[in-house]
Amino acid sequence: MSLVERQDTMNTESFVWDGGQGSVGDYIALLKPRVMSLVIFTAFVGMMLAPGNIHPVLATVSLLCIAIGAGASGALNMWYDADIDQIMSRTANRPIPAGKVSRDEAFAFGMTLSIGSVVTLGLLVNWFAGAFLAFTIFFYVIVYTMWLKRSTPQNIVIGGAAGAFPPMIGWASVTGGVSLESVVLFLIIFMWTPPHFWALALFKNSDYKAAGVPMMPVVAGENSTRNQILAYSVVLTPLAVAPYLLGFAGIFYGVSAGILGAIFLALAFNVWRVRDGEAARKATVHLFSYSIFYLFMLFAILLAESLIAGL
Amino acid sequence: MTREENGIKLTDEQQKRRRSRSIAIALSLVALVVLFYVVTIVKMGPEILNRAL
Repeated sequence: MSLVERQDTMNTESFVWDGGQGSVGDYIALLKPRVMSLVIFTAFVGMMLAPGNIHPVLATVSLLCIAIGAGASGALNMWYDADIDQIMSRTANRPIPAGKVSRDEAFAFGMTLSIGSVVTLGLLVNWFAGAFLAFTIFFYVIVYTMWLKRSTPQNIVIGGAAGAFPPMIGWASVTGGVSLESVVLFLIIFMWTPPHFWALALFKNSDYKAAGVPMMPVVAGENSTRNQILAYSVVLTPLAVAPYLLGFAGIFYGVSAGILGAIFLALAFNVWRVRDGEAARKATVHLFSYSIFYLFMLFAILLAESLIAGL
Repeated sequence: MTREENGIKLTDEQQKRRRSRSIAIALSLVALVVLFYVVTIVKMGPEILNRAL
C-alpha cells in the first residue's frame, strides 16, 4: 500500500481536537513497554561488552535515549497500523483502536519522542550513536511498518534488523563506532527474529490473514514457513556460539549457547515434523515461548560474564 | 479563545486525564533539565571549579 492510497483511509474528523481521551497509562502503552524492556536489556549488554569505559551517568542517558527511541518507534508503528490493529485480536486493545488516543495524538507523541531521543543521545553521548538511533527509528517506521510489512512475506526478516540494532547502538555509545563483535550481536538477534515471529504467525495465522498482512504462513503456506523456520534455526544456533569462538565471551557462554541452541533446534525440528492438529499448534507455541527465553538467556549470560570479569 | 467559545466541553474524566497528562509533561521537562545539568557537570568534571575569575 503506498503512502498516497493511505491518505484516503485517514479519518479527517480526528483533526478536530476533542479534548483528548488518553490517560498517562495509554500513552505509556503506545511505547510498547515490553518491547522496550528487551531493547533496554540488549542495548545494556552491548554497552557492557564494548571495550572502553563510559561514565555511569552517560551510560544511563544512552539507555534512556535508546529506550525512548524504541518506544517512539512503537508509537509511530501504532499510528500507522491502527487500521489493521483493530482487526487482530492481539492488537485490538491498543490505545488507538480502543479509541483512547487519536492517531494524530499518537503521531505527535511518537515524533516528539523520536526527535528528542536522537538529539539528546547525540548531544550528551556521541553523534554516531545518535545517528544510529535515528536510522533505527527510520528503519522500523518507514522501511518495516510503512513499506515491507504490508508488501512482502519477507517483512519481518528485513524489518527484524530494527530490533537487532539496539546492542550495536549500546556498543556505539561507548566506542563511537561499529566493530565485528557488535555486528555478531546484531546477527544473533537478526537470525532469531524469523523463527520467533513465524512461530507466532503459525498460531495466529487467521489474525494476519483477516488483516491482510502478508506474513509467511499466509502467503507461502504453513509447510514452507516450517521449512524456513528450521533453516533459520540451523543458521542461528551455531551463530549464537560465535561470541565464544571470537573470544569476546567465555567458555560458560560457549557451552550454554550450545545447549540452549540444541534445545532450540529440537523445538524447531518438532515444528517442522508435526504439521497437523493440536499437536502442531502446541509445537509452534512451545518454540515461540522458548525463543524468548533463549534470546534472553544468551544475552543474560553474556552480561553476567562481563560483570564477573569486571569484578 | 476559551473552551466554551470553542464549543468543546470537557467531561470531569477528560479534565482529570488532561491534568495527569500535564503533570507528566511537566515532570518530563524537569527531568530533562536535571539530566542536561548533571551531564554538563559530569563532562566538565573538576575543571568546572578551575576557571579564571
